[in-house]
Amino acid sequence: MTHADHTARLPLPALAADRAQPRARRRPAIVGPRLFILLSWIAPVLLVVIWEVLAQTGFVTPQVLPAPSKVVRTALKLATTGSLLEDLGTSLLRAAAGFIIGGTIAFALGILVGFSRLAEALVDRSVQMVRAIPFLALLPLVIVWFGVGEAQKIFLVALGVAFPIYINTTLGIRQVDPKLMELGRVQGLSTRQMITRIILPGALPSILTGVRYSLATAWLALVVAETIGAQAGIGFLAMDAREFLRTDVVVLTIVIYALIGVAADSVARLLERRLLAWHPNFGGAGR
Amino acid sequence: MSAPLLAQAAPAVRVAGLTRAYGDRVVIDRLDLTIARGEFVALLGESGCGKTTLLRALAGLDPIDGGRIEAPRKPAVVFQEHRLLPWDSLWRNVSLGLPERGARERAAAALAEVGLGGRLDDWPRNLSGGQAQRVALARALVQEPELLLLDEPFAALDALTRIRMHVLVKDLVARHRPGVLLVTHDVEEAIALADRILVMRGGAIAAEHRPPEPGRPAATRATLLAELGVENDLPSA
Ligand SMILES: Nc1ncnc2c1ncn2[C@@H]1O[C@H](COP(=O)(O)OP(=O)(O)OP(=O)(O)O)[C@@H](O)[C@H]1O
Ligand SMILES: [Mg+2]
Repeated sequence: MTHADHTARLPLPALAADRAQPRARRRPAIVGPRLFILLSWIAPVLLVVIWEVLAQTGFVTPQVLPAPSKVVRTALKLATTGSLLEDLGTSLLRAAAGFIIGGTIAFALGILVGFSRLAEALVDRSVQMVRAIPFLALLPLVIVWFGVGEAQKIFLVALGVAFPIYINTTLGIRQVDPKLMELGRVQGLSTRQMITRIILPGALPSILTGVRYSLATAWLALVVAETIGAQAGIGFLAMDAREFLRTDVVVLTIVIYALIGVAADSVARLLERRLLAWHPNFGGAGR
Repeated sequence: MSAPLLAQAAPAVRVAGLTRAYGDRVVIDRLDLTIARGEFVALLGESGCGKTTLLRALAGLDPIDGGRIEAPRKPAVVFQEHRLLPWDSLWRNVSLGLPERGARERAAAALAEVGLGGRLDDWPRNLSGGQAQRVALARALVQEPELLLLDEPFAALDALTRIRMHVLVKDLVARHRPGVLLVTHDVEEAIALADRILVMRGGAIAAEHRPPEPGRPAATRATLLAELGVENDLPSA
């Protein structure tokens, strides 16, 4: 009897404790990530410091790897007296043009194939076959077609961008929950409303994943394209510097490529956080 | 005694000789059914007997193989899952399919009716199961349907929440007066809510009951359970 009484009374405080726990845990959870972000910077900073020390003490000759401080000085000099900013602008313009052209075509094609079985039958197999080619393997052919001018570079970027966007757009549209499409029919949505209210929002996570991947390939395509016959741009700067054994400039261009890659990725992530605020995997808190 | 009156009014739906088959398997076999406006009909039946199939046919979601379905307007449906769009706020969800103009106001009123008036701009994922189902109910009722189709909408809810939902649904239906077809497994739910209880078997309506007179629910319950194939509950009387 007393046993039964105990078990009957127990659940209530246990429940209260359950409810209190997540709230108590939330506070350190905010401190936690900050601390970990700080910790995660220790290794890279240390690496740069060691690099600097090794270079300054002459352990590593400047021809092999110049000191970070030297790279920074070169950057400032090139930015003020040289053509660094112009070259950067040229490269970014190429990337943007290729991204917009390739992305638009791929997105349109992806939507068409995602919606229409006929379009899929006509287009999809060809695209999948071309996709099997590593797009950089097409480089010699692209040079024959376009020479080594701007068109070649933009085409290569567009090609690299197109596949991830195409694939993720069709995939996203296919994966929209059929139960929600059925709901749309029950609610009497028109075809246009079905697309704007249900199919595109449902496909958006996948499409944005495609955008993020395509930014990475766009960048890769640009680096390769610019090392061949460029008269301007970051890649040209690197090739030019290599001829004169200016490793400081070469390292600088590598750093710039890396920074812009990181920046592009952050923009893509920001887009995801903004547009997918509703999504548990992207938006964080619902608000 | 009000039943003949209800039957005379223009019905919310009239089904005659409805037949539906999956391949060679006939699931609905020349089924007849009329639901008056404002009438609450519960549909019971063993699992797999074709209740969902019937409801989907009425909703116009599946093609039919024979017979006729006459409904003056498009019915509204609440499914077992809430089917809220995760990327839309609650009011956008509720107003899905409404004309843009005045949509927010109408959605606000509907949400207030189901007790969620303060959460217009909240996201579906912040809702409990019962709250989400209430939003689904608001989304159905805001269409002002003449026929409301409910396919086990409370099956996934806990017992207490289900009872609260019963009260709410009864209240809402009394106010909006749509014809209602509620598919359920729960005999108690059918008795608590319905004006008329149907039992489906062999692809057609096999039995029809009025809700029990006050004081004698036990007999109706036992009959229903027997018809659903639960024999051991039969009282000796
Ligand atoms: N898409 C389908 N293709 C083939 N057979 C189907 C399909 N959908 C349902 N059925 C069959 O039709 C019969 C009726 O299914 P239905 O879903 O209508 O049953 P139900 O009465 O709603 O059952 P429950 O109470 O378990 O929900 C079942 O035997 C099922 O196997
Ligand atoms: Mg069912």
